[in-house]
Amino acid sequence: MEWLRSRSAYLQAAPLSLIFLLFFVLPIAMVVVVSFFDYQAYQILIPDFVLFNYQDVFSSEVTYRTYFITFRFCLMVWAITLVLGFAIAYFLAFHIRTITMQIVLFLLCTIPFWTSIVIRMIAWIPLLGRNGLVNNALVASGFTDAPVEWLLYSEFAVVIGYVHLYTLFMIVPIFNSMMRIDRSLLEAATDAGASGWQTTWNVIVPLCKPGIAIGSIFVVAMVMGDFVTVNVLGGGQVASVGKAIAAELSYLQFPPAAANSMVLLGVVILLIMLLMRFADIRKEL
Amino acid sequence: MFAANICFMGEDIVGSGAGIELVGLTKRYGAVEAVKEIDVKIPAGTYCCLLGPSGCGKTTTLRMIAGHEGVSDGDIIIGGENVSELEPARRGTAMMFQSYALFPHLNCLDNVAFSLKMRGVSKSERRASALEYLALVEMEQHAQRLPSQLSGGQQQRVALARALVTKPDVLLLDEPLSALDPFLRIRMREELKRLQSELGISFIHVTHSQEEAMALADLVVVMNDGRIEQAAAPRDVFERPASVFVARFIGGHNVMSGAVVGEDPASAVAIRADRVRLARAGRAAGDESGETHDITARIAAVEYLGLWAKLRLDAPELEDFTVALPDSQFFDQGFTVGESVTASWRSSDLHRLGADR
Repeated sequence: MEWLRSRSAYLQAAPLSLIFLLFFVLPIAMVVVVSFFDYQAYQILIPDFVLFNYQDVFSSEVTYRTYFITFRFCLMVWAITLVLGFAIAYFLAFHIRTITMQIVLFLLCTIPFWTSIVIRMIAWIPLLGRNGLVNNALVASGFTDAPVEWLLYSEFAVVIGYVHLYTLFMIVPIFNSMMRIDRSLLEAATDAGASGWQTTWNVIVPLCKPGIAIGSIFVVAMVMGDFVTVNVLGGGQVASVGKAIAAELSYLQFPPAAANSMVLLGVVILLIMLLMRFADIRKEL
Repeated sequence: MFAANICFMGEDIVGSGAGIELVGLTKRYGAVEAVKEIDVKIPAGTYCCLLGPSGCGKTTTLRMIAGHEGVSDGDIIIGGENVSELEPARRGTAMMFQSYALFPHLNCLDNVAFSLKMRGVSKSERRASALEYLALVEMEQHAQRLPSQLSGGQQQRVALARALVTKPDVLLLDEPLSALDPFLRIRMREELKRLQSELGISFIHVTHSQEEAMALADLVVVMNDGRIEQAAAPRDVFERPASVFVARFIGGHNVMSGAVVGEDPASAVAIRADRVRLARAGRAAGDESGETHDITARIAAVEYLGLWAKLRLDAPELEDFTVALPDSQFFDQGFTVGESVTASWRSSDLHRLGADR
């Protein structure tokens, strides 16, 4: 009995720790180990401790170019989802008066998530394709003589796909932050003579910082690691770090893919640490 | 406690003060009328308390004056100008919110400087000005702290400075003392009163505590169910309550049906709890000059409160009848619960009440 009491805290923490160990720490440890393995065309994994997988990653010019492209995606998608997410969250939090309506509109935002990511991405093809709805409309209305080529299988299409997928991840934490703002603060700002924009800029945005930070972490982490969207909407024309890793995996080059993944993991962790400096997200949890 | 530096740098720190008039002011939420055509005149430089139970419309009235609630009907006139349709910041009012509503991400100095920043005052100028107002409420040493690092009383001082920095003609206070502990509440009450008399502007203070209203106000506006029951000086409200509601709400009065004193049973009369004399049943209650009424009752409860004792009487014709006896008299007589007593009073002490509006 005494034994049980003194260790009950450990016992209570055990199930989660076990799951964490089994599904998170163990796989990552395996990737770390494999990233130092040797490989050949006819032998996929040769246990060893070599550094050339990492040397290849850092010495290849392709790596820097794909990272540049991926960062650029990140920045564009982050900026667009931030503006969209803030605006939608603002509308939901401050203009919708009843909770019921808020819930209904919130569910509306989640509709894209009722189907799988691949189907959601493929749904853009008939819309943006060479003979898709948008092009047909553009040609029919006389804006262009020939169908616009850059709508699909382009960086434009990939950004649209990302925005479609990830705006909700910006809306939710910002909305959460906004709902915590005491409404009397807004009245106090009005009382002090602040206009709507001044209130937004001087009161709402600073108080939403934690939500913005959390949403940014979601979006940045997901864009950095994505390869499905780039594959489907980039159509082989667009590169990204995730896609490069996926390509290596498809050639069964596991050790270089593992090394590439570890580098990506390091970069994402650095980005998240940077974002955490802007806001204390612990307040929000 | 507030420093005497009410005038610094030779400038007036607040507006000149202006009278307020509410004319037929009405607020409807759908079919519900929260405030029903109230009329009241508050002279410049008055400490006015809006007093009433929760849901009586006092906060709605204050918020309409502040401009945070639209007016359904009627007018708000401040300093001779109809401000009913003006933005809150253009009315010459400043509001102090119930929970203070300090901006949690700004330190005290920037909280106070907020309205100046909105007006585009330069950083150094607005900080210097804000510091002066913080000094007025003796908070200048906490200028760099965040609101969460302050006690309730300190937060209130900062909120007060933030409201005053706009140089208002009228300061609106929404239950400003309700979040404080009882000791601090009484101290802040004194400070509010002193500040108001030194600044010379009108304060409109919403409260549900009759004690607070009596202690602070030059003008008490008692509200019930969206209407004004009585608007008068505290002494008038206490000595001559206009209605049964006011007599009950202000306390210290026993409200009885007119039938008890041989008048119209539909009317109501009140007798102050300290004007009732008590004697053991069958004995005279002493001084018998003038016309008196007496009534036989049983002592239902006794509370000794130090300066005086509170005895609750039970009789078929009475409801909730209290007698306040000075402590010496209470101990001389040695009344106990369950005893039969005769309560008497001079008919000249009776106060006739109007019906509730």
